[in-house]
Amino acid sequence: MPMRTVYEAKIENLQILDEDGNFDTKLAPAGAPGVLTDEQAVFLLDQMIQCRRLDEIAFTLQRSGRMYTYPQNKGQEAAALGSGFAMRKGTDWLVPCYRENAALFLHGMPMHLIFLHWMGDERGNAIPKGVNITPIAIPIGTQMLHATGMAWAFKQRKEDKVAITYFGDGATSEGDFHEAMNFATAFNLPIIFFCQNNQWAISVPREQQMNSETVAQKGLAYGATCVHVDGNDIFAVYKATHDARERARNGGGVTLIEAETYRLGDHTTADDARRYRDEEEVESWKRKDPMIRLRKYLTGKGLWTDAKQQAAEDAAKILVADVVKLSEGMEKPSTDDMFNYLYEAIPEDLRRQRDTLRTHSLGQDPSQVGLQRR
Amino acid sequence: MSTTYVASAPDLLKPVPTREGTRLIQFREALREAMTEEMRRDDRIFLMGEEVAYYNGAYKVSQGMLEEFGPRRIIDTPISENGFAGLAVGAAMYGLRPIVEFMSWSFSLVAADQILNNVPKMLYMSGGQWGCPIVFRGNNGAGGQLGSTHSWCVEALYSNVPGMKIAIPSCPFDAKGLLKTAIVDNDPVFFLESERMLADKGHVPEEEYYVPFGQAALRSEGSDVTLVSFGRPVNFCLEAVKELEKEGITADVLDMRTIRPLDIGAVIRSVKKTNRLVVVDQSWPFASIATEVITQTCEKAFDYLDANPLRVNTEDVPTPYAKNLEAEYLPHKGKIIQAVKASLHRL
Repeated sequence: MPMRTVYEAKIENLQILDEDGNFDTKLAPAGAPGVLTDEQAVFLLDQMIQCRRLDEIAFTLQRSGRMYTYPQNKGQEAAALGSGFAMRKGTDWLVPCYRENAALFLHGMPMHLIFLHWMGDERGNAIPKGVNITPIAIPIGTQMLHATGMAWAFKQRKEDKVAITYFGDGATSEGDFHEAMNFATAFNLPIIFFCQNNQWAISVPREQQMNSETVAQKGLAYGATCVHVDGNDIFAVYKATHDARERARNGGGVTLIEAETYRLGDHTTADDARRYRDEEEVESWKRKDPMIRLRKYLTGKGLWTDAKQQAAEDAAKILVADVVKLSEGMEKPSTDDMFNYLYEAIPEDLRRQRDTLRTHSLGQDPSQVGLQRR
Repeated sequence: MSTTYVASAPDLLKPVPTREGTRLIQFREALREAMTEEMRRDDRIFLMGEEVAYYNGAYKVSQGMLEEFGPRRIIDTPISENGFAGLAVGAAMYGLRPIVEFMSWSFSLVAADQILNNVPKMLYMSGGQWGCPIVFRGNNGAGGQLGSTHSWCVEALYSNVPGMKIAIPSCPFDAKGLLKTAIVDNDPVFFLESERMLADKGHVPEEEYYVPFGQAALRSEGSDVTLVSFGRPVNFCLEAVKELEKEGITADVLDMRTIRPLDIGAVIRSVKKTNRLVVVDQSWPFASIATEVITQTCEKAFDYLDANPLRVNTEDVPTPYAKNLEAEYLPHKGKIIQAVKASLHRL
């Protein structure tokens, strides 16, 4: 009996704007759905400049002891912005990890909360009501399941909403990724899994992290639509996410997008990438910097000038200086805050601990430490 | 959130009806009634877990619920505990109120990152913004020759983590009243049932009621010793008390009902009367709930103790598979009687 093929698939890469600024108008004809307009592209370049500035300042704040730790976003702005811009603000939900600041800002996350968070303050994750973003998830991968649960709730309530969850290449080794993909596809949920493959999980390169040639192909096993895009090409990222969003809204289910990008900085301020990465590799990716690429393209179209660049950079400086002032100017959390947000209403024993800590610097029941008669 | 999803608030302060009565139903039926009543009231509530829908639950707790509420609210999941625990977190963050059934709490161990590292900390880590009103429920403790990997008692392990509440009913009346409280509570609740008690029958009143958290119940009254327990072993304490009464020994039997919050005040009040304490706990002794109860009693009422407090836990080994060994390993009437007598120096 001849063998028959029971499954066949291929993963295609989408690139619209290459690193030299060449634009594929066949793939992205002006005015077509999912194609950024000139105006939008200019807006997004401006956003990139702001985020890059914020990133640089965060790094210097950390180095001067004014921020606890910080994961730089540098080099991955197109992936965050292109995808975030494709989601409907105030309708869709973003379920992030920690390297997509630019997307969060687009959806209304106050910049100073990001700084406050990384300065070490739970209030940084107290995301204002009406901003459809969940708290920054630090454990690797757990947020993908939360996003799946949220998408399940959209479906259960018959709401026209889509969830997008962000994670890195390393997170696809976690069970959470596989469990979330399985649930989302089995339940046919309106969700986009957006992997920022930045090639390195701290010091472990992608090819050591997995034997799969792409992250995208992992979604094939679950019956998801799988897309591989140039993550430093904001046009490709936007188009892929836009299409995924429409697919999700129309009952077409789950899309896994692998945005191939590169973190130009360290994993966080706690490591030094020079110790594990070749300078040559970093240099080659610097040439693919999404910001340079977009600027080149817009300049070529006469939509951007050196003067505009200078003005945007100056404005970003002022903006970020204000963000620093605002986040550093926040009153320190009170001792009470340590206890207040554990339960909806504070239990009696915790209330006693809170009160004792406040009055005697002893976080215990007064009767236990001889402060009060038994 | 849309107002159509806002529930009418149940009256939690209504007095709890009397435990006496003749409407005898099984423990599993009591659990089902609790879920069903709340689900009828509040469309945000749903039940999710392995085998809960078409199979009516591995232990038939959710029997008939799919028929009443449909697949939108009674959901069979893939075998993926970490998966559906995490799903519940996302759904709860969005405003739904999940009830998650673990077929056994033993299987919750693979979901530890979600249930211990996310659920109880979400509100805290978001400065009070994002709660997780989820009830995780299922069988806890030795189910009868299920072997060591399927016989976990998680209360000691999990109660070490602040941020959630833990309820352990000992009878159908409390099973219903505590589960209803758990479902309407805005904090995450771990609800520990026992496979060995699911068929137990007890009176459950017709009228709706809620058993408040953090209030121990005095199951038997006496003057010689305070017996503190929770969950299934409460029933062993009551058996022991019957025997002890024949010898003229009487005991307060306190059923804690919730571990977090822990009604240590009730223990202290009783110890001040009896001056002796024996804690009966179906998990391992080291750093157990029994340890906690005894520590707090020593901290708060040391001067009232006339004997060293004692604890009856399981033996400090994995749950044995063999029937006779499992029976010996668990707390039982004989062990409790012995501990009470030791406390009274009457061995």
